[in-house]
Amino acid sequence: MIKAEWFFWLVGAVFLLKAAQMTVDRTNPKRFGTAAFWGLLGVCFFYSTWVNEKKLPAEPLGVAVLVLICIGGFNFTGKGKPDTTSEDERVRLATRFGNKLFIPALTIPVVAMLCAVLASKVEFGSTPVLEEGSETILGLGLGAIVALGVGMWVLRERRVSVPLHAGRGLLESMGWALLLPQLLAVLGAIFQAAGVGTQVRKIVESVLPDGQKLAAVALYCAGMFVFTLVMGNAFAAFPVMTAAVGWPVLVEQMNGNAPAILAVGMLAGFCGTMCTPMAANFNLVPAALLELKDQYGPIKAQAPTAVALLGCNIAIIYFFAF
Amino acid sequence: MIVLLGVLVVILGFAMRRNPLLVVGVAGIVTGLLGKLSPVEILRTFGESFASSRSVTIFAITLPVIGLLERNGLQQQARTLIGKLGTKMTTGRFLTLYLLLRQLTAAVGLQTIGGPAQSVRPMVAPMAEAAAERQGGGRPLPDKLREKVRSYAAGTDNVGLFFGEDCFLAIGSILLITGLVNSTYHTHLEPLHLALWAIPSAVCAFLVHGGRLLRLDRKLERELVTASAEMSVARTDAQEGEATK
Repeated sequence: MIKAEWFFWLVGAVFLLKAAQMTVDRTNPKRFGTAAFWGLLGVCFFYSTWVNEKKLPAEPLGVAVLVLICIGGFNFTGKGKPDTTSEDERVRLATRFGNKLFIPALTIPVVAMLCAVLASKVEFGSTPVLEEGSETILGLGLGAIVALGVGMWVLRERRVSVPLHAGRGLLESMGWALLLPQLLAVLGAIFQAAGVGTQVRKIVESVLPDGQKLAAVALYCAGMFVFTLVMGNAFAAFPVMTAAVGWPVLVEQMNGNAPAILAVGMLAGFCGTMCTPMAANFNLVPAALLELKDQYGPIKAQAPTAVALLGCNIAIIYFFAF
Repeated sequence: MIVLLGVLVVILGFAMRRNPLLVVGVAGIVTGLLGKLSPVEILRTFGESFASSRSVTIFAITLPVIGLLERNGLQQQARTLIGKLGTKMTTGRFLTLYLLLRQLTAAVGLQTIGGPAQSVRPMVAPMAEAAAERQGGGRPLPDKLREKVRSYAAGTDNVGLFFGEDCFLAIGSILLITGLVNSTYHTHLEPLHLALWAIPSAVCAFLVHGGRLLRLDRKLERELVTASAEMSVARTDAQEGEATK
């Protein structure tokens, strides 16, 4: 049986390998900080396995997470000059390979889907091939590996070091932002442990008339929208609103369909992203790139769509999630 | 009640544009302390929830193959492909088609082939403008309309990305939902189910924004007529001015 933990080890090993590459990359002015960040992250991916099995204490991992936060948060990471192709070379390569370039990219979702849908039915002896409950994650991992093989074959690339270097370039340019979603998930768990959810639920219950489904759904979606407007980031709004309304009221109290409520709730937050200058990379950066005089031009073009879609999302949850 | 100050830390931190990692770290520690957790318990919660939410970060495993494709011209090929669609189209229809393509490619995990720098500035905005100029009989667009067309090009890229990417099961937001909910509420949600539930909203987004883009065509037409009328009035004024001089 292929286990999910093996795959987490693979990801951890990739991080460690990249950290080793980063230490010797002299084009990166902050190479040691960068290498420390990804190396420590890689170690955490291994150590976590035994924390999950309760064989090792979780506290050292907590310390490591805080160290990661400090390395990333105080800007000790940087990026080197990746050894890659120039724009002209890429145009030439694109004409040479043509639409074949899309085949490896499409392999990832196809394999992931196949694993998610079929793998639970394939058994080896009497145990399923993929660990139960982790088919999607393992599918993604297998998809990425198969796609890499397909890609190297399609592009006639024999050196494994080439994709590894290219991947490191992307990793360095995303930087610590890559870790942010996971840390927000951690924050959500702390909110829960500290009782934020219960507190907000008390407030919500005193405000919401009992059993008012439409009001509760609207409150959840509008809350996602408003929090995202203020924070500029739906990911940050999600743990707060889900602890307050989404999980306790809509899922537990009203027996809603959790995947539907949470997925659509996140999208209600995305409607907020389209209306706020706080989401600078989506709204202000394009205005600058396109040399617009009105830096709010993109927001004005998006806002009516965003508001209409907020209504759609409320309706989708209300009609289909219960 | 006092634990809610932790939420306030998050809001203030993000609103004041502090480094998000630090905001999360400080908010976590503050909330834990206010919620009467001991420092050791806080560390344990950090550790345990990190261990059970690793699935959020695993999309990093796709970076080598994406990097390999990009250095071999993936984005350039995507540009060529869109370029072939551009001729003989109105602004609204062209942007609607781009919206559909952006949604579909994002839904299969190709979020990075579009974006303000990758596709809007080099391709989509110039082609949308060119279409509007064709509509106006080949004259250069008045500044106000040029701004509007460019804004719609940028907006369309965002709508397509936001309401396409969540249909892909390995995107950060979907993995955040499963990671958060599975580690916080000890249940088991499958990313695939969440991704499927993003489809109805994606369809709505296409209908709503596509409809607005097609209406943009009519608005452009009207404003181009007034603009050209103003221009010809200005021209005759100028000519009359010449004559009476």
